[in-house]
Amino acid sequence: MSLFLESLFNGISIGSVLLISALGLAIVFGLMGVINLAHGELMMLGAYTTFVVQNLFKPLGDPWFNLYFIVAIPCAFVVSALMGLLLERGVIRYLYGRPLETLLATWGVSLILIQFVRSVNWSLMIGVILFLTIIICQKPIIKLINKIYILQLGNPTEKIKTWLNKIPLFLAIIFASISVFAINYSKQDFFIKPWFGAVNLNVTAPVWLRSPIKVPGLDFQISSSRIFIIILTVICIAVIYWFLNRSNWGLRIRAVTQNRTMSACLGIPTRQVDAITFAIGSGLAGIAGCAITLLGSVGPNTGQNYIIDAFMVVVVGGVGNLFGTVVAALAIGTIDYLLGSSTIVALLTPLEFLKPLTEFFTFFSSSNMAKVMVFALIISFLQIKPAGLFPQKGRTAEL
Amino acid sequence: METIINPQKNKQKNKRKLIIEGSIILGLTLILALVMPLILEPFRLKLLGRFLALGITALGIDLIWGYTGLLSLGHGIFFALGGYAIAMHIKLQIPDGQIPEFFTLYGVTKLPFFWQPFASFPFTFLAIFIIPAITAGILGYLVFRNRIKGVYFSILTQAALLVFFNFFNGQQKLINGTNGLKTDTDTIFNLVAGSNQAQIIFYELTILGIIVSYLLCRWLTSGRFGRLLIAIRDDEMRLRFSGYDPTPFKVLVFAISGAIAGLAGSLYTVQSGLITPETMKVAFSIEMVIWVAVGGRATLIGAIIGALAVNFGSSLFSEKFPEIWLFFQGALFLIVVTVLPDGLVGWVKNSGLNLIKNLLGIKPPVVTFPELVENPEILQEKEELINDK
Amino acid sequence: MTNNLKSNILEINNLTVSFDGFKALNNLNFSIEQGELRVIIGPNGAGKTTFLDIITGKVKPTEGNVFFKGKNLRKFSEHQIARLGIGRKFQTPRIYLNLTVRENLDLTVNPQKNVFKTLFNPVRNNEKRTVAGLLETIGLTAKAELKADLLSHGEKQRLEIGMLVAQSPDLLLVDEPVAGLTDEETENVGALLLELAQSHSIIVIEHDMEFVRQIAKKVTVLHQGSVLCEGSMDQIQNDPKVIEVYLGEEQQHD
Repeated sequence: MSLFLESLFNGISIGSVLLISALGLAIVFGLMGVINLAHGELMMLGAYTTFVVQNLFKPLGDPWFNLYFIVAIPCAFVVSALMGLLLERGVIRYLYGRPLETLLATWGVSLILIQFVRSVNWSLMIGVILFLTIIICQKPIIKLINKIYILQLGNPTEKIKTWLNKIPLFLAIIFASISVFAINYSKQDFFIKPWFGAVNLNVTAPVWLRSPIKVPGLDFQISSSRIFIIILTVICIAVIYWFLNRSNWGLRIRAVTQNRTMSACLGIPTRQVDAITFAIGSGLAGIAGCAITLLGSVGPNTGQNYIIDAFMVVVVGGVGNLFGTVVAALAIGTIDYLLGSSTIVALLTPLEFLKPLTEFFTFFSSSNMAKVMVFALIISFLQIKPAGLFPQKGRTAEL
Repeated sequence: METIINPQKNKQKNKRKLIIEGSIILGLTLILALVMPLILEPFRLKLLGRFLALGITALGIDLIWGYTGLLSLGHGIFFALGGYAIAMHIKLQIPDGQIPEFFTLYGVTKLPFFWQPFASFPFTFLAIFIIPAITAGILGYLVFRNRIKGVYFSILTQAALLVFFNFFNGQQKLINGTNGLKTDTDTIFNLVAGSNQAQIIFYELTILGIIVSYLLCRWLTSGRFGRLLIAIRDDEMRLRFSGYDPTPFKVLVFAISGAIAGLAGSLYTVQSGLITPETMKVAFSIEMVIWVAVGGRATLIGAIIGALAVNFGSSLFSEKFPEIWLFFQGALFLIVVTVLPDGLVGWVKNSGLNLIKNLLGIKPPVVTFPELVENPEILQEKEELINDK
Repeated sequence: MTNNLKSNILEINNLTVSFDGFKALNNLNFSIEQGELRVIIGPNGAGKTTFLDIITGKVKPTEGNVFFKGKNLRKFSEHQIARLGIGRKFQTPRIYLNLTVRENLDLTVNPQKNVFKTLFNPVRNNEKRTVAGLLETIGLTAKAELKADLLSHGEKQRLEIGMLVAQSPDLLLVDEPVAGLTDEETENVGALLLELAQSHSIIVIEHDMEFVRQIAKKVTVLHQGSVLCEGSMDQIQNDPKVIEVYLGEEQQHD
């Protein structure tokens, strides 16, 4: 009994980590058909934000320090959401209707983000800020350039005009790189020392998340950080559910998910809806990143470890259905745990006549091999339900 | 009607094109096979050989992505399977009764059963193609028969890749786990695999491999079968209503593409002297796709050019700027997808040639809607106008 | 009805299709004789396209059965049904835009549509002749080597009808063949369909009443997923039920 409860709890706890990391992915995929390969890196950004918040709280001393984690969650959300917004505005919106290319582009973004956290220092940060400022204020610059051109050389042709419009971009790149190189050249320690470096960082959980909870009558301990993650996931789901089903923007998002063209005709600003959805999805990745700091150290490559499992949750859950995502995450989490922790083996060992079966499961009872088995199960599941747990039906479902 | 396009003229045109293409390929082959070994030092030649092997993989990816529209992010599996097959064969070039050295580290005394057939070269040679092809075929069949496509297919192949990576990484007692198999100090056909002599042979074999793969892909993508692949890419559902079942077609090209990757993997392995589960890293398989994208999708020669260009570029860059190399790589992905969607070859075809001509001062010929003068409707209208008068 | 199954090329019995409870087709009975040209009309949402989806196997019936040449179609998938001899033209032309006109026809004319035969069998001369003949019929000979992308809407419609014929089906399902065509083009397509009707059975779905009058001998009216009435154009026009749901407004305009 106790073994059963323990497995159930651990399964749910792994499932909730999966769920919180897949949630944003599922929403974005449901709306735009875009798989964001940089989702894991957005999680990683959330984790790094948590680390920064922790360091900011450290000098404040004890009573305050214990609360830092509560502050870190919204911060992580905001940082990742802003990053997501930038990604959507800067790259993805040019690629709508080309999902495979989006996949490659977001992979490029994920590489850049990984390298960014590795080598970010003040000089790079100044360069990035300079770049973004120029890009954001490019309108007046373009106007100015056009004016000068007209005064000096007369009316520009269309071809020259497009080039003129690109000048701010080049300016931004040039200015940013010059400033970065100049500052690096100055060899000022303050500017060129990397903030994080390539090493893994440890986030110290506050005391109240470190002490295990002992439940009377059970002979295993429940880790309070895992309980916290489960609660956090439940809250996220509830908020997202409320947002999608009760708020104005939620209504718009659902409308665009079902029929993009029709929604556009009805005056829903689909571009804005896309941007908001993407930002929210990315923000959720940030919260997930915050949560995973409780499970171990985080490094630039942290995101990669979670991302493929999250994809599998989306595939099994089906598109555009929150409930499907929840069920899929919990199922995959539980099965993964049961196989990987050799719980099944322990259960089967006493039964002598099932020896071959026991040996079979022993072969798969490591976290590596459990993944092999889970994948095989997912593929078999897709033979029965190719469109996931809750497929969309109707005339428009498949064309 | 007189206006029918003269089929004779068309045939001649096609024939001339074919001859030109053939002679270009022949010329390049001769340069690569005969001239390069003379002018390049062994180290550089080995590099070129390895990159050509990667070019073979790119051909396979172009076949399924460029023509058939299936983006596989798991080609590392097939690449590694081919590599492991040849490496196992080389590892077994030892006196009878002995087993490869690394097994003793894990206390294994008996050769695992699946190693045994790899002692024979004919078997290994077939295995290099057939094992990846079957793996790809099974994976493809299970996915395609359920009409799973698009990004779903991509992320499933990626997950499969992770699974294979985990499997090879975790099984020390079977295939030496993370350490992989090292081949360059062992012998094959009484030659030390790492020696210059053997390396030259491997290099020439790679050239043979790339030509055979090119011709195979060329044959597959021309003719009715090739047009069918394009039709699958553009509108698979329509094809069903015309009486085709796309599933076996997709399974077949995916398997062929896997076999090509297997060949590439084996050639790459003997030239780098090592195969490890690292070749099944997620990043490597995505890079393969970007080679094709850089060169130009649905142009076979583009795939090879892309693979060579990206790899030479990256070996230069990552040596010079190791710390910011990932920035460049990420930017490459973004730029190729947004600015250069047709790749280098596509760009040259579409606008590059005109640009060069412009720079040289040659004006492009004025083009109207093709065959306007031969359009029957216009001819008919003309006739009517004349009759009215 | 079942006793004259032999002369009926298509027979549909008590067909119901529901999507999550919404009945797109409701207890529908329908049959068409060998060599007949039938026009189906009906207001939007009457289930016309779902009707075609059912016949071609894209959607499986919730209840009821479809018989084609006496075979129950339930267990066949789309491509098998197509090989049995049912061809379909879509509402908006669906052709392969990156292939030339000739290649489009060549793909559909292929008599052996499995993998290895497509790969290894050479293109036969009689197939080439069929394609050339079809090009002439649909009036696209001069544009045979053009990418289908460059065709006008009307030409695309004609090409798709040509592809349909190239498949040499026994039953042609044609969904709104004249939508978006000029009057002249409409007449051409009408003539083409009448010519085809001499050797094929055809079901046409259409909104354009002028066009329906041009080609129809027998018309079926669908309403809310079932057959409302069936008969000649004159009978239909004078049927009070039909006037109420469909033609009523139009007559007031007249």
